[in-house]
This record gives sequence, C-alpha cells and structure tokens, in this order.
Amino acid sequence: MSLNMNEKIARSKRRSEMFAFGIFRALSFLVVAILFVILGFIIIKGGSAISWKFLTTMPTDGMTGGGILPAIIGTFCLVGGSILFSFPIGVLAGIYMNEYAKDGPLVRFIRMMTNNLAGIPSIVFGLFGVSFFVITCGMGDSIIAGSLTLGILTLPVVIRTTEEALKAVDNSFRQGSYALGATKIQTIRKVVLPISYPNIITGLILSIGRVSGEVAPILFIVAYFTTKLPTSVKDQVMALPYHLYVLATSGTNIEKTRPIAYGTALVLIAIVLIMNLLANALRRYFGKKVKMN
Amino acid sequence: MNKKFIKKLGEKLIHGLLTLSGSITSIIVLLIVIFLFKEGAGLFNRSTLGDDMVLAVNKSNPLNKIKAAKVKAIFDQQVTNWKQVGGKNDSIIIIRLEDLSTYYTEEQLGANLENVGACVSKLTDSLSGAVVYVQKKFVTKDFKGKVLPEEHLSLTEFFFGKEWFPTAVPSAQFGILPLILGTLWVSLGAILIALPLGLGVAIYLAEIADPRLRGVLKPVIELLSGIPSVIYGFFGLVVIVPLIQQAFNLPVGETALAGSIVLGIMALPTIITVAEDAMRTTPRAMKEASLALGATRWQTIYRIIIPYSISGITAGAILGIGRAIGETMAVLMVTGNAGVIPHTYLQPVRTIPATIAAELGESAQGGIHYQALFTLGCVLFVITLLVNLGVEYVSSKRKF
Repeated sequence: MSLNMNEKIARSKRRSEMFAFGIFRALSFLVVAILFVILGFIIIKGGSAISWKFLTTMPTDGMTGGGILPAIIGTFCLVGGSILFSFPIGVLAGIYMNEYAKDGPLVRFIRMMTNNLAGIPSIVFGLFGVSFFVITCGMGDSIIAGSLTLGILTLPVVIRTTEEALKAVDNSFRQGSYALGATKIQTIRKVVLPISYPNIITGLILSIGRVSGEVAPILFIVAYFTTKLPTSVKDQVMALPYHLYVLATSGTNIEKTRPIAYGTALVLIAIVLIMNLLANALRRYFGKKVKMN
Repeated sequence: MNKKFIKKLGEKLIHGLLTLSGSITSIIVLLIVIFLFKEGAGLFNRSTLGDDMVLAVNKSNPLNKIKAAKVKAIFDQQVTNWKQVGGKNDSIIIIRLEDLSTYYTEEQLGANLENVGACVSKLTDSLSGAVVYVQKKFVTKDFKGKVLPEEHLSLTEFFFGKEWFPTAVPSAQFGILPLILGTLWVSLGAILIALPLGLGVAIYLAEIADPRLRGVLKPVIELLSGIPSVIYGFFGLVVIVPLIQQAFNLPVGETALAGSIVLGIMALPTIITVAEDAMRTTPRAMKEASLALGATRWQTIYRIIIPYSISGITAGAILGIGRAIGETMAVLMVTGNAGVIPHTYLQPVRTIPATIAAELGESAQGGIHYQALFTLGCVLFVITLLVNLGVEYVSSKRKF
C-alpha cells in the first residue's frame, strides 16, 4: 500500500519535472529561433541587394539608387577614431583597477561611476556629445566629435573587459615574479599582460562590433546625406546605422529604398558577425597555444 | 644610485598615469551631469509664449494671468468664452498679427507696419473680449490694453502636464507625463515578455543543458546582444509591425505592443546572462543536500536554486528594465511616436529617448524646446541612475 503510494508520488514528481524541463528546453530553442529568424530574414532579403558595386559607389537619385560607400567609410572612420581613444585609456584604467587600486572608498566610488557610465542610455551620450564636443569644444559636426562620443560610450566596456581578463590571471604568477625580484611594473608588463592579452583582445574585438552599430550617440553629429568622402577629421561623414534608420523611416519612396535598406542592414550584421567569429577564432587559437606551452 | 632614482621616478610616473586613467570614468560622468544640466538650465525661467512675444487683453478683463495650457486651448479655439478660463461671460476674439488685416486696410497699417502698434492698441481697447498675440515691439508705451505678465514654465506643468506639443504657437506645451508613461508602458511590457522567457533559458543553461549544448547556446545569446539596435528596429518595422496590424486589425501597426516585443527581445541577453551567473553561484553542497534528501532536480531548482539566487535574478530584471527605458533607435522606429497618454497596448506611444532623438535636430540651439529636450535628458539620466543604484543595492544584499 505505502509502497504503491510512494511510487505514485515519485511518478507524479517525475512527470512534473519532465514537463518543466520540456518548457525550459522549448524556451531556449525559441530564443535561438528568434536569432535565426532575424539573421535569416536580413541575410535573405539583403543578399540580393549586395554587390561589389553596391559597396563601392555613391548613393544616387536622392538615395533611391546607387551604393553605400560613404556610409561604410564614415563608419570606418568613426569606429577607428573611437577605439584610438577608448582602447589605450580603457586598458590602462582596467590595469589600475585590478592591479593597483586597493579596496577602499575611492576605488568603490570609481567602480560605481564606471558601472553608472555603462548604464547611461546612449541617447544621453548623444546630448552630451552635442553640448560638450560639438559646441563647447568647437569641434562642430565632425568625425572627431563623433569618435570621441562613441569612445566614451565604449570606455566602460573596455575597462570591464580588461579587468575580467586580469582577474583571470592566477595570483601565483604575480607572486612568482615578485619572488624573483621583479618590480610591480615589470610583473605587469612581463607576466600579467602576456597571459591576459588574448582575453583582452577578444573582448576588444567584440566591442568593435558593438560600436559599429551604435547610432543614438552620433544621431546629431553624422550627416544625413553626403557624397563627399572625408579628407580630415573635421569633416562630417555618413554612418551605416544612421543610413539604415533614414532609409527605413523617412524615405518618400519606400518601395525603391527597401532593397538598399536590406543591403545596408546586411552589411551591418556582417560586421557584427565577422567580429564575433574573429573573437571566437582567436579564443580557440590562443587556447591551443596556451595548452601547447 | 642615479639609475635607481630614474627607475623609481618612472614607476611613480606610470602609477600616476594609471591613476588618471582609472579616474577618467568618474570625470566623464561628472562632465555629463554638468553639461546636461547646463544646457537644460533656464528652462523654468522662460516663457512658453515664444521669444519676444506678448499676450494682451482688454483693460476690463478681470484675468491677471493665464496658464500655458489655457492659452493653447484659446488659440486652438477649443475655448471660446472667457468664462471657461475663469473670466467674465464674454466671447473670445483672437487677434494675431495676420488677423489685423480683417480689421484694417493695408494703408491703415502702414507700408512698413509702422502703424501696427496704434492699431493693436485701438483694437484691444474697443473689443472687450479681445486677446492679442503680437511681438513685443508692437506694444508701445501708450498701449491701452492690459499686457499679461509672462508665465514661466512651472515644475508641475513640466512633470504633470498632459500635453507634449513643443511647436505649438502660441504657448508651446512641455508636459512630459505622456512621455514618462509611454516609456514605462513600453518597458514594463518588454520585461513581462522577457522575464519569463529569459528566466526559463537561464535555468536551462545553468542546470539542465549538457555542456555541449550550452557551448552552442552561449554564443547565440552573445550574438543576440551584439546585434545593433537599429537592426532590431528595422526588423520590427518590416516584420512585427505589419503582423500586429493584421492580427488586431488596426489602422497602424506602430504600437506600444510592437515596442514591447522588440525591447523584450533586446533585453533577453542581459536577463539571461545575469540570472544564469547568479544561479551558478549556488553552493554545490546545497544542491547535493537537496538531491540527497530525495528531491528531484526540478524541486531542487525551484526550492533551492531560485530562492538562493533571487537577488541576482532581481538584479537582472532591473538591469533589463534599465536597458529598455534607455533604448532609443528601436523604439523610435516601431512605436509610432504619438505624444498622448496611452490607454491600451494597441496604441502608438512616445518614449523619452525617442522624443530626444526625433526632435533635437529640429530645435534651435539655446531655444526653449532645446532646453526642454536637455531637461528630458536629465530626467532620463536620473531614472537610469536610480535603476543602477537599485541594481547595486540588490546585488550587495546577496553577500549577507
């Protein structure tokens, strides 16, 4: 009798477990499906629009024809400028936070500020960029103003990436180095950084993909339309994500611009995908190398 | 000896450089606060009538001041009697500069509008229900009407005003209540969609999936968080918006629901990552003890692991809301941007970030509209700051 009861309870327990696990598995596959639907949709629709000519010519006929060259070059300039600013400073800040800063109120404050900076909406960076770089610093609507705005947006990501990478280095390496008489700087340069730089680099590559697609911070800085390619950092440029936004929402001839919009979306997705693949490939490559040593 | 000194100096120098870099985020946050408030400052010292404009009434009119919302109602002719705005029973006669031509000939006004001042004065005096809206320069010293004092935008009007109409003439409306409510509606909808879904995936990843499957799922989620928001917006615009329009038989598909769905998808990676990390910190001993007592894996999950990691899960949910509140481009593209207080999810709404993004380009630098948008930026900044502090508070509680 009681044995039978136990069995019954066990069976109902097992049934509810199977039911719950089934739901979780379904939800996980749903999330994967969402990603593939979005990617597949853009790739299929955009694939027919992409050609060598599309990537290397100017827009024509009021953006209803031609290519997207100025937007590609503009994004390249903006992203390049932003990483020139954020990578060195961010990596140095990460080293300071993990290797130098002693846990105290000051460091806690800095860490809180970094977290807050990461949480600030990108459109607020846009407002700040206009007010500070464009107007107060007199940079105007230029590559440099856009790059710096994007740069401060990426800064918290770079800092956190570096910190995580440094944290992963086992303390025995540092102690071993000190025991051999090395100074702190020598330890960081010769021991800590060489071990952690694969992780830092993969993190940085991922952040390049991220920043290429940002548009809200540079919404008021980049050009709506220009066929002039930039010759100095003071020039105004177009940007891929902004171009997509303009094509998708404010065209007078939506039917004609849709193929171009799909093509632009595909180029953007391709940049993100390539950066992700590159990061993953590097991770695997460095992983093997570490094992071989 | 000398070499040692140089070496020490170098170390000090590098240490200084590192400290400087470390403090740069604090400096930037400080700069952002200063510049946002600097540009937004002065909003509450300005008249909503427009620069150099003045509002005047007949001398016998008992009204001494009038709120911006009422001015707009009068000039939109929603209000036609002074009684409705607290005056005496008299119908309202609107007089703008262009209306003068119905009372006077061009000759009387003068070729270069030199007699406009006198005409306005005479007209205001003769019509007891007149309300005049003209440039300040036309109101001369011997003006026979009563000039109403400039009404400054008040804090209550700004935060609780029900209309956002920054280009209305006269009296632009800067009530941000519809924008705040729109933002909250869309974000809450997003979290209602993303939380169950994200939590389910997090549980699956942390406790159920075998390592190989996990190795496939993790990069997918990483990729999902890497897709630019403008792509989500574009996808929402060409796929989700038409679907909603057809499914609910609506005139337009750009609704709060579309915004919530898109934002929900975008908030997923944040919630999944934070919740999964929290669940993974559950001590192994706790799980094993539960299993040893005869609990199934499912019972262990919802009796042990979820209660243990609840603060991490909450932190993930709050972070997700924070992301949703600040998200700009995707929302701008799919929610329809109607500045009215929402009543259902099948209605266009307008959020704070979308308003800033759509309007800053059109507003004149230093004008009242420009200042209002920067003040909106301050509001957004304060909201996300509170969200961040909330996350920090919730996750700091976990340690005890």
